[in-house]
Amino acid sequence: MAEYLIKNGFVFDPITGINGDKADIAIKGGKIVSSSELTKATEIDASGMTVMAGGVDVHAHVAGPKVNVGRNFRPEDKLFGATPKSKFERMGAGFSVPTTFRTAYIYAKMGYGFGIEAAMPPLYARHTHEEMRDTPIIDQGALPVFGNNWFVLEYLKNHEIENTAAYIAWLLRMTKGFGIKNVNPGGTEAWAWGMNCVEITDKVPYFDISPAQIVKGLIEANEYLRLPHCMHIHGNKLGEPGNYETTIDTLKLAEGIKANNDFGREQVLHNTHLQFHSYGGENYSSKGFRSASKEVMKYVNSVDNITFDTGIVTLDETTTMTADGPFEHHLSHMNNLKWANTDVELETAAGVVPFIYGKNTFIAVAQWAVGIELALLCNDAMRCHITTDAPNAGPLFRYPRVWSWLLSAKARDDLLADAKYGEKVRNACYIGELDREYTLMDLAKSTRAGPAKALGLSHMFGGLANGLEGDVVVYPFNPETQSLSNDYMDVEKAFSNCKYMVKGGELIVKDGEIISNGNKRTFWVNAKTNENKDVAHDITEKFKRYYTVTENNYEVNEKHFVANPYVIEVDATQ
Amino acid sequence: MSNIVTDVVCPFCGTLCDDLEVELSEDGTKILNVYNACAIGAAKFLHSQASDRLTRPRMRQEDGSWKEVSYEDAIEYTANLLENARKPLMYGWSSTSCDAQGVGSELGELTGGMMDNTATVCHGSTLIAVQDVGVPGCTLGEVRNRADRIVFWGCNPAHAHPRHMSRYSIYPRGFFTGKGSKSRKMYVVDPRKTDSANMADVHLQIEQGRDYELLDALRVALKGEWLPDAVAGIPKKQIYELAESLKEGRFSVIFFGMGLTHTLGKNHNIDAAISLTRDLNDYTKASIMPMRGHYNVTGSGQVWGWQFGYPFCVDLSRGFARYNPGETSSNDLLSRGEVDAVFVLGSDPGAHFPMSSNKVIAKLPSVAIDPHITPTTAICKLHVPVAFVGVEVGGCAYRMDNVPIETRKVVDPPEGMMTDEEFLAAVVVRVKELQEA
Repeated sequence: MAEYLIKNGFVFDPITGINGDKADIAIKGGKIVSSSELTKATEIDASGMTVMAGGVDVHAHVAGPKVNVGRNFRPEDKLFGATPKSKFERMGAGFSVPTTFRTAYIYAKMGYGFGIEAAMPPLYARHTHEEMRDTPIIDQGALPVFGNNWFVLEYLKNHEIENTAAYIAWLLRMTKGFGIKNVNPGGTEAWAWGMNCVEITDKVPYFDISPAQIVKGLIEANEYLRLPHCMHIHGNKLGEPGNYETTIDTLKLAEGIKANNDFGREQVLHNTHLQFHSYGGENYSSKGFRSASKEVMKYVNSVDNITFDTGIVTLDETTTMTADGPFEHHLSHMNNLKWANTDVELETAAGVVPFIYGKNTFIAVAQWAVGIELALLCNDAMRCHITTDAPNAGPLFRYPRVWSWLLSAKARDDLLADAKYGEKVRNACYIGELDREYTLMDLAKSTRAGPAKALGLSHMFGGLANGLEGDVVVYPFNPETQSLSNDYMDVEKAFSNCKYMVKGGELIVKDGEIISNGNKRTFWVNAKTNENKDVAHDITEKFKRYYTVTENNYEVNEKHFVANPYVIEVDATQ
Repeated sequence: MSNIVTDVVCPFCGTLCDDLEVELSEDGTKILNVYNACAIGAAKFLHSQASDRLTRPRMRQEDGSWKEVSYEDAIEYTANLLENARKPLMYGWSSTSCDAQGVGSELGELTGGMMDNTATVCHGSTLIAVQDVGVPGCTLGEVRNRADRIVFWGCNPAHAHPRHMSRYSIYPRGFFTGKGSKSRKMYVVDPRKTDSANMADVHLQIEQGRDYELLDALRVALKGEWLPDAVAGIPKKQIYELAESLKEGRFSVIFFGMGLTHTLGKNHNIDAAISLTRDLNDYTKASIMPMRGHYNVTGSGQVWGWQFGYPFCVDLSRGFARYNPGETSSNDLLSRGEVDAVFVLGSDPGAHFPMSSNKVIAKLPSVAIDPHITPTTAICKLHVPVAFVGVEVGGCAYRMDNVPIETRKVVDPPEGMMTDEEFLAAVVVRVKELQEA
């Protein structure tokens, strides 16, 4: 494997503590090494440029059944900007929901090396893996959804953590999944009857369990299994004005639970797209809506066992998609655009609705402000991961624009000045009083080191210490001569299209162009548990009586479906 | 001792039953019997055992006779056909695995193919309607476990999807439907008195081609608004009753077929049916599902969805993917004389396309890749028989509710036969060689 020496760049890396100093990064055998170990390295001149570890995305919807619904039912999303086939690239298309190949190229050009597919319906796991197999370059893992699964609801109703854990371990093996996703706990099962659970004390129809019991039980099962990642939640009441209290109540369920794992993960709950869960007020009008980012962040800052990602609105036309079935139904009644829904037997549901976050509406800009505020109010960038919940709050390729808003107060002021209801947003939100600007070190924490740690992958990704994966990116941005504050458009441009990207020791992007499709891996977690005859019996019964596929046809065949598997073994038999 | 393979997936229709049991000879080389399958499914397995089956490609000669050729010759012909064509039609893809479809996409990109699948003469109008108004749907297990109102509209599952009612929609005792068919009310809307209609609690014998009116009338009836005495030949009393019944149900499902997609109104019928389902969700839970035909037509739309962004009618001839049904659909391309070569895999346009289109195919350089002798192979220049997917080679297929299931290999194909994926991969290699030369 080739050796590389990335010379003279301005390096930003929280793991080694290099903060903008000029340093050389050496890669050999696919890993970061000290430069003395190199023998015949290809030199990459990074002078006058920014060097970071490869990005790590903790939450995006880029592969699987609902993503493909988004593609297939929105030909208009591909009207402009299709990319042709070239020597190294397959054809690509899609603005908010790119095709799989394009997703890979977008990630690579933004300097990402690892991404989590945020919601995999277990029955559709094959589909998710088929799409990931066609997403070259980047390493991926997928989170199966558990919060409305009949097994989980039945076990947790009686607080049977051991059985829940045994079932989860079995399902991760069947679906080749990475961890526990929990979407609108209980609410999506209620949606199978057209209902919802909006408070964490509501009861799920028939199953007679509350969202709070599900959340707490899944956290406990997660720590019982000692999984690399923690329970990853999209809580109840997403998107509703006044939902911040429900959010804080949900976060409080993690109190007193300590992380139990061998991966260096310290948190037990990851709240995804917190922006959608941090609203005050009672409606979406400029008179009735207010930001509650301060209240939520006050709680998050006061504890240390929670991470979150932002889900910042990018003010684009996009495609929303979530396993929160009742929410998408609700949304379709708000904007009267087309609505797709799929309820999945015994497991989950999902909805898809196109959405336009108009810059000249009050509410879209207020939502934008809430997301930005969360990031600016968080006092630990390692626990605040920057996402757009792609494509829900904005398309994947907009990440660098989001970064520019965090790095530059001027970028935010200019946006508000240009927005029709900018003043009203300043009044209803806290954006106007926040003058904090992220540093590039903050950015490296919140897009690399932090998410890697939360995913239990800090032994591989997120930094530039010797022994970590050879994922390194060089952005054509000179922090000495260019100003993060004033040249924010240059920041967006530079971070959207890196100069060089090395993934797993292989040069993928050279002079801004894709030159290789790399050696993509799929990460999944194999948790060993003690034999559990009760759970095995329950599984067989459910397949006999209620599933429409047989038990023997449920497992995703690793050889056939999983691209270059990388299995993380966990022992939970003790 | 009998040699039985269990959990076999049936590669015939979109119902994709996965509980078949296949009895093999003791040495495992011959299929003796197929259990649990419907008559059509069983026939497909048994047909693979036919003694007069073609096992090598054959090329049509000037005098109209066939001459056996090697797979190498077939690869060479196909690669040259695609490479020399300015705008080859690459049609079919519905009776093969997603794996083969994926290799087909690569071939299409290399040669600028016009990629289309059987939806073009089937549920293509559904795909267009979904792009207009979306689709509230569910998996078939939701129907099995919850649905208490079942409507079959313009479809005849008793004949076309024979195990649909017993596995999913009418008879099974599900979690919340413990009384099986007694838990459910079955409605059939069809101008014909079909065998499915005979089984229904209520058969609405609609006037042919009036589906749009009746669907709209149901939307009106849901709101309790005024209707004329009869719509589409159905008395208003019956319309109000059906609307009320669907509202009262805990979980209503509409299944629809060609009677809706390819009668007067086409995609507009589906728009109306989906809108009715959407309206119903304001009162109760409701879903709608197309009765997809070929066992993996759904998968073809999925694969192209994630690779190109469109489920059918994909034009790759300009170097990037483009979609415009009506222009880029197979029959429109053929009738305008816009394609200069035809490549067919896993489908039978000879049987399903209009005669005018088949006349065009017959005049063009053409290849059909199909295990069977079909009306299509009869008009093509080259016929490449391949192994049966789901019988002689495994691979992924998507059920009508988009659930992916891995089909199984039960027996080996006859010696020396290629699978369609292998054949396609070999053509890709050859086309790349030709392009580099």
